Amino acid sequence: MKSLLATLALTTALTVPGLAMARPVTLTTSLNTYGGGGAYLALYVTDASGAYVGSLWMAGGKSKYYEHLRGWYAATGGDPAQINGITGASVGAGRTLEITLDLADALFDAGYTLHIDAAVEDMRDSPNEVAVPLTAAGAGAPVQGRRYIASFVYQ
Amino acid sequence: MIRALHRWPGLLALVLVTILALSGAALSVFPMAERLAAPQPVAGQSVADLAARVAAVHPGLEEIRRTPSGTITAWWFVGGTPGSAVIDPATGADDGSADPNGVERWLTTLHRSLFLDDGGRLIMAAGAAAMLVLALSGAALVARRAGGWRHWFARLRGPQPGRLHVELARVAALGLTLSATTALWMTASTFDLLPDGAQHPADPVAVSGQMAFPLERMTALQDVPVSSLRKFSFPYAGDAQDVFTLSTDAGTGQIDQGTGVLLSWAELTPWQRVSETIYMLHTGQGAAVLGLILGLITLSVPVMGVTGALIWIAGRRGRPDLRNNAPAGRAETVILVGSEGGSTWGFAATLAQALREGGQAVHVAPMSAFDPASHPRAERVLILAATYGEGDAPASARGFLDRLARLPTAPAAPLAILGFGDRSFPAFCAFAAEAEAAARAKGWAALLPMDTVDRQSPQDFARWGRALGDALGLPLDLNHRPARPAADSLTLVSRRDYGAEVQSPTAILRFALPKATVWARLTGGGIAGFRAGDLLGILPEGAAVPRFYSLASGSRDGFVEIVVKKHPGGLCSGQLLALEPGEAVRAVLRRNPGFHAGRGRAPLILIGAGTGIGPLAGIIRANARRRPVHLFFGMRHPDSDFLYGDDLAKWQAEGRLTRLSTAISRGVRPHYVQDALRAEAAEVAKAIRSGAKVMVCGGRDMAQGVAWALDDILAPMGLTPATLKAGGRYVEDVY
Repeated sequence: MKSLLATLALTTALTVPGLAMARPVTLTTSLNTYGGGGAYLALYVTDASGAYVGSLWMAGGKSKYYEHLRGWYAATGGDPAQINGITGASVGAGRTLEITLDLADALFDAGYTLHIDAAVEDMRDSPNEVAVPLTAAGAGAPVQGRRYIASFVYQ
Repeated sequence: MIRALHRWPGLLALVLVTILALSGAALSVFPMAERLAAPQPVAGQSVADLAARVAAVHPGLEEIRRTPSGTITAWWFVGGTPGSAVIDPATGADDGSADPNGVERWLTTLHRSLFLDDGGRLIMAAGAAAMLVLALSGAALVARRAGGWRHWFARLRGPQPGRLHVELARVAALGLTLSATTALWMTASTFDLLPDGAQHPADPVAVSGQMAFPLERMTALQDVPVSSLRKFSFPYAGDAQDVFTLSTDAGTGQIDQGTGVLLSWAELTPWQRVSETIYMLHTGQGAAVLGLILGLITLSVPVMGVTGALIWIAGRRGRPDLRNNAPAGRAETVILVGSEGGSTWGFAATLAQALREGGQAVHVAPMSAFDPASHPRAERVLILAATYGEGDAPASARGFLDRLARLPTAPAAPLAILGFGDRSFPAFCAFAAEAEAAARAKGWAALLPMDTVDRQSPQDFARWGRALGDALGLPLDLNHRPARPAADSLTLVSRRDYGAEVQSPTAILRFALPKATVWARLTGGGIAGFRAGDLLGILPEGAAVPRFYSLASGSRDGFVEIVVKKHPGGLCSGQLLALEPGEAVRAVLRRNPGFHAGRGRAPLILIGAGTGIGPLAGIIRANARRRPVHLFFGMRHPDSDFLYGDDLAKWQAEGRLTRLSTAISRGVRPHYVQDALRAEAAEVAKAIRSGAKVMVCGGRDMAQGVAWALDDILAPMGLTPATLKAGGRYVEDVY
């Protein structure tokens, strides 16, 4: 169900032709033990020009804290419609968030970038914690985040 | 009503509120610790200066934050690794780790959500709501008990644990109200129920596109003092389109990184300001001293929880089980009870049961809860009222007369009052009579003229029942057997006999202190935790009603002591004086807080004659703090009934008794205790001027004589025994 809704959310934002072709992609985000409360994470995609395309997932339920996900918030203005149906709980230190989505083939090797913004209560906001180009070759290669994310991988 | 509003949230939320209170109290320490540990602020420093200093030490600086407690923290990102530290604003250099305190975080999570996330937040919010209800209803109860809000800090009477509960409550009520209200506000804010979200400055239309303007010369930062700083975020490294973001206690703005000029600004909204103030009041972040005070106050919550539960248990014990009690709103007959020791409740239960068997819906309530509006369907009101002391309202009838006086009109349902008392006292059923007079003056219709029951007489009660039945057109057979109180067995340890020579056999009887369970001690049951001046009810063989004697010892003395004089034909005194060591009697304890010496260092003037010396001797024995005590003791003859003669000499040598004046009534020149009082008038007046409390114990005639003598002594000072009495400085235990 989640993956279906995620697809819908993404498709509403994307106007890429040839979207009919999609494949299931698993996004695995492992947090390090940064010694704080649960982290809010926003996963979203920008195009080659850096413009916001759509959101993939929002970990964290209280919209009043979304402003701390600065990149995502600046791109969407905190619009709840962007994450309708693709919102889950915040992710505790040392925990792993795993989500599976149907991502359009057209997103890969076309200059799109997947971003993760992170924020933790009473700790430094970390926009662009991860910014990784979506490529077929890049799938399965773990990337380290700047502050809270020990590894991120999509495959 | 208020009491129920206080009791049920209290009992239900006891555990929750205790967790909230203890974790909150522990958390209250952190803001002060942080303030003490934070590096010294630099007077008059601007954010421009601070930012420049920190940036000089830490390349790759991303953000500077200042907590309300004054701790400045910096975050940077250099060479692919993040770093953070607490900063000394004078140098910009590191001054300790910025990692959050694990203990504080754990406590915070427990305090706000029990580690259960949003569900836990709601549970804890319910706890805070319970705390608020408790604080407000408790404050109303304190005011009611003290006789109005103006008497908030009036002196308290009554046994523990009730006194401790109220003493703590009147100090804590305001602080707890504040903590609970702010907690609810913060929960509402967390769940987005308040319009206190952040305002964001408008995105700048255009930025200069330049970078690396020197921080110390940025105009937008130069006039901002560090003390108002919340957060200063740097642009992404290398992104010329990005801006600095500055948050202060006034709002949030964006600053051009190429010119140092403020591009846009958003003020804090009034809602945000209120929320920030509330956050500060609740957490003590930015108000560390207030935080500590609130934390300390919060520690009283578990104590009040335990004492409150004990009060509830003791209250249940003191009142019979009112099964089938109809709700006030449906009641046809309302029975109001004014009881001190609890026996009148037993009569009320019998009456209610008989009326119920006659098909009536009956509501039984204490007189203190009198509120005609709560029983609109009542067809009659029956009041069963005992009397306390010299005509005062008994415990469960406090405030009744005031409530009656405040009514605009008398209730429509007619009234019958039945007084309970002991005919051997002059104030026999005085309170019932006063209530009757007040009701008549108010124009309250009478169902029956007032009647009385002497010494819990079942016959008197049955007779009144028949009269009531006639008035109701209902055969009413009241067959009340006073419940024999749950009595303890007391074993006589020793006896000292006096008075045989003056044909007045008297004995000081000392019983072993019965083993009291911890439970009985805490809940005030059994013969435990008593003081000299409390009453011991002895249940003689062949009688249902106890006879009361003043206790001449406190439980700390390790024994139970009374002084008994044989009355001709007296059932109880006869049995007691025949008692030999090793033999036992059945007894109950009744507290008499009105006749305690109390704390304080003011002098005591103790006046007693005959067996009245008992409680006074107990007070002197317990006077370990060497409070000045002047004892006036009247006896018949020093060779025959000088009760406690040796003890008094010893206590005087030890400093427990300052001065002893005796009066001998048998002899050529009969001399009574009031004569001794007059002879020492100057001494007595001096003591009273310095705040002395007068305690009188003995026969009625003696007490009357003493009152007259005191009248004369007090008159030149513009005082009367009545004014002293009103101030709790003149108390009597008269029989």
